[in-house]
Amino acid sequence: MSVLLEVEHIEKSFEETKVLKDVSFSLNEGEVVSIIGSSGSGKTTLLRCLNFLETPDEGVIKVANEVLLDMKNPATLKESEIRKKRLRFGLVFQSFNLFPQYTALENVMLAKELLAKEQPEYKLRKKEIQEEIKALSVKLLQQMGLSERMNNYPHQLSGGQCQRVAIARALALRPDILCFDEPTSALDPELTGEVLRVIKELADQNTTMIIVTHEMAFARDVANKVIFMDDGVIVEQGDPKEVFENPKEERTKQFLARYKQG
Amino acid sequence: MELILEQMPIVLPALNAGFIQTLKLFLVTLVGALPLGLVIAFGAMSRFKPLSLLTKLVIWIVRGTPLMIQLLIIYYFPGLVLDNPIWGSGEKGRFLAASVAFVFNYACYFAEIYRGGIQSVPIGQEEAGLVLGMTKTQIFFRVKLLQMIKRIVPPVSNEIITLVKDTSLSRIIALQEVIWAGQAFMKGTQGISGAIWPLFFTAVYYLIFSGVLTVLLGKLEQKLEYFR
Ligand SMILES: Nc1ncnc2c1ncn2[C@@H]1O[C@H](COP(=O)(O)OP(=O)(O)OP(=O)(O)O)[C@@H](O)[C@H]1O
Ligand SMILES: [Mg+2]
Repeated sequence: MSVLLEVEHIEKSFEETKVLKDVSFSLNEGEVVSIIGSSGSGKTTLLRCLNFLETPDEGVIKVANEVLLDMKNPATLKESEIRKKRLRFGLVFQSFNLFPQYTALENVMLAKELLAKEQPEYKLRKKEIQEEIKALSVKLLQQMGLSERMNNYPHQLSGGQCQRVAIARALALRPDILCFDEPTSALDPELTGEVLRVIKELADQNTTMIIVTHEMAFARDVANKVIFMDDGVIVEQGDPKEVFENPKEERTKQFLARYKQG
Repeated sequence: MELILEQMPIVLPALNAGFIQTLKLFLVTLVGALPLGLVIAFGAMSRFKPLSLLTKLVIWIVRGTPLMIQLLIIYYFPGLVLDNPIWGSGEKGRFLAASVAFVFNYACYFAEIYRGGIQSVPIGQEEAGLVLGMTKTQIFFRVKLLQMIKRIVPPVSNEIITLVKDTSLSRIIALQEVIWAGQAFMKGTQGISGAIWPLFFTAVYYLIFSGVLTVLLGKLEQKLEYFR
């Protein structure tokens, strides 16, 4: 199995506070890593760095051996390139961030259409390309169990449905690595199951994913690897069974103990 | 009553002519102030501190003083104080001065509304667009603009209805708008004098005009109700 993502020595500060300290990990193609850790430990910031929403102060990000970002090499920081690099990653937000003025289907299609318009052959086979994008989007929404909801606007959908649209929207661009930032934290408890189920299905289809979550059972279930973060540091990473059953570090033990009680 | 009916054929054309002037001022104000407001809003939001501070100061002064005083200053200040009557004489000059005062005043109100609308679109919308590989321009036009418009339309509608009535303030520099035309029949014109009903009757013009606008603007608001 080949390594798809390599994250090396990422450092990130906001003003004086160090939020990420020497964060390194790698991820194989087709595998899932779940990231757990207490509030403020830097999980969201890490995902935002991967998606180029934040620029780290130090570090290297490689996808499929290609250096996307090397803070020591200014050539990798060119604004014009960043847009393309972003497409290597997808990000599903805690609060969905669907576009309210578009239907579920339009939400999924929009970015793909805009990208297609930049292709030279778009003008020649416009109709065809649009049909392709629509077919793909419909298929993704069906896969998310939303066949009946495609023409609804976000405000007409439940939180769980919105999040599934957001997942379809991210998948439509076929990212190499799909990131989730607490995809179920904004949902009512009875709606988390349907979202976790589609993520599990994606895992079963060997989608490479990074999942930040507070759902411990899910984190353990879905992942090939678990990362525990605390205070901007990766304290422990490894096989889910190992980390959850035999944590080596004291901080991991304490964190997991708190979850078992709660 | 009979007298009124008798005077009607003389009064109505005069009031209509006045109302044309009212309507012109109204339209010029909108056409000027709606876009100028956007420029001022961007000034107030500028990251260049001196510009944003200066813009906010101007907005504060314009919104903190009566439009009537602004009208008087803009109309009389160049001629009386600077000895440079830039507006020219007669109705044309008065209309020019009134237009400048109204456009600037309303632009400042619109600017604050725009600023609120622009800042009310959650940052998550922009970030979602970026993550999907959209450019900032695409995000503005395809994602944020309509959400801003939706938030801006109701308060802008209120201002527009207020503007209908505010145009009457231009009476203070003797612009020959509908109230001036009505009042003329008190002082005496075209063989009628001492008649107060034409002045009262001008209210009907405002009522119909603002009624029509309320319906139209309400339709626009409804059009945007399909999303939240
Ligand atoms: N834009 C920012 N400016 C300043 N500080 C920030 C910013 N974003 C995050 N932080 C700080 O960085 C630290 C890590 O935040 P982050 O959101 O990455 O944590 P998290 O692990 O995702 O927490 P949670 O589980 O609550 O989502 C926190 O102390 C936070 O206050
Ligand atoms: Mg977070």
